[in-house]
Amino acid sequence: MLHFIEQALTSFVASAAFGIIFNAPRRMLLHGGFVGMIGWIIYIVLEYAADAVPATLAATIAVGVISQAFARMFRAPVIIFSVAGIIPLVPGGLAYNAMRSFVQNDYSAAMEMAAKALMLSGAIAVGLVLSEVLNQMIRRIPASIRTRSSLK
Amino acid sequence: MIGSNPTEQSRVIAICLLAGKIMLQSGGETYRVEDTMKRMAAALGLPHSHSYVVPTGIFFSVDATEPAKLIRISERTTDLDKVSEVNSVSRRIGQGELSAQEAHDLLVQIEGKSSSYSTAVQLAAAALSSGCFTIMFGGGWSDFLPALICGGIGYAAVIAFHRLVRVKFFAELTASFVIGILAFLLIYMGVGHERDKIIIGSVMPLVPGLLITNAVRDLMAGHLVSGLSKGAEAFLTAFAIGTGIAVVFSLFT
Repeated sequence: MLHFIEQALTSFVASAAFGIIFNAPRRMLLHGGFVGMIGWIIYIVLEYAADAVPATLAATIAVGVISQAFARMFRAPVIIFSVAGIIPLVPGGLAYNAMRSFVQNDYSAAMEMAAKALMLSGAIAVGLVLSEVLNQMIRRIPASIRTRSSLK
Repeated sequence: MIGSNPTEQSRVIAICLLAGKIMLQSGGETYRVEDTMKRMAAALGLPHSHSYVVPTGIFFSVDATEPAKLIRISERTTDLDKVSEVNSVSRRIGQGELSAQEAHDLLVQIEGKSSSYSTAVQLAAAALSSGCFTIMFGGGWSDFLPALICGGIGYAAVIAFHRLVRVKFFAELTASFVIGILAFLLIYMGVGHERDKIIIGSVMPLVPGLLITNAVRDLMAGHLVSGLSKGAEAFLTAFAIGTGIAVVFSLFT
C-alpha cells in the first residue's frame, strides 16, 4: 500500500513538473499531474496482473479519455493533458537498456529489448487513437439522436 | 463580405498564417494547425481556404485564382501555453467575439510572449521530475538525490549547449554524456546505488515523448509527411541521448 502511495505521489509530481518544462498554462499544471497519476497507477496495477503491453494500452486509453474530457471541460487543447499522461508510459528505460546492451556487444538481449520498446510505443499509439475514436463516437451518437427527434 | 475585398482578404490571410506559425512553432499537431487555420479563415469570411501544414512549413491558399502563401518554419520548441492561447483566439473568432484587427493584435502579443516560467523554475522542474521518475522506474529513495542532481545539470547542459552551438542533436548528445558521467561519478563517490535507474530518470526530461505522440497521431490522422518527419526528429533525439550514454559506458566499462 505504501508502495502505491509512493508511486501515485511521484507520478503526480513528475507529470506536473513536465507541464512546467513544456510551458503549460499555470492553471492546468495540477490537471496534467492528475492525468499522469491516473495513467501510471493503471499501468503499474495491470503490469502486476498481466503484461506491460496491455497495461500500457489500457493506461493510454484512460489517459486519452480523461484528456478529451478535460479538454472540453476546461476549453483547452487536448495535447496539454495527454502529453503529461503519456510521458511516464514512454518506454525510456527499455530503450536505454537496449542501447546499453548494444554497446556491451550483447546483441540478442539488445534486439529483444528494442523490439519490446517498439511494441510499447505501438501500444501507446493505438491507445491514443482508440480513445480519440471513442470520443468521436460518444460525441456523434447524441447528435444523431437529436437530429432524428427533430425530424419527427 | 470580407472575402470580396482584396486588402481585407490579404489581412485575413496574414492573420491565419500568423496563428498557424505560432501553433506550429510551439509544438501543436499539424492536423490541428490546419483545422484552426481553416476555421479562422471561414469565421473571417473566407470559407473555401486550403491549408497544408508540414513540420517545416505552412502553405495556405484561399481560392483558385490567388497564389498560395508560404511560411517557412525552422525552429520548433514546445510551448503549450501559446498553443492554448491561439486556440482560444480561434474559438473567440468563431463565436464572433473578436474582429480581424483585435485577433491580429492578440496574436502578435501571443507571439512575443516569453515563457511564463523562469529558467530557474524550469531547471527545478526538470530536476524534480528526474528524481520522481527514478522512483517510478523502481529506484530506491537513496537514488532520488543523485537523480535530482543529474537531471537538473543535464537539463541545464542541454539549454546551455543549444544556445552555444544551435544544433539540437549535438546539444542533446552532450547533455546525455554529462548525465552519464555525473551518474558514474556520484556512484563512485558513494551517493546512490543503482546507476541505471539514476540515468533513466535523469534523461527523461530530454526524451522526445511529445514528438513521438505527435508523430503517431499525425500518421493516424492521415498526415503521412508530417508523421514521418516528426518521427524522424524523435528518432534523432532518442539516438542522440543513446549515443551520449553509450560513449560514457564504453569509456568506463
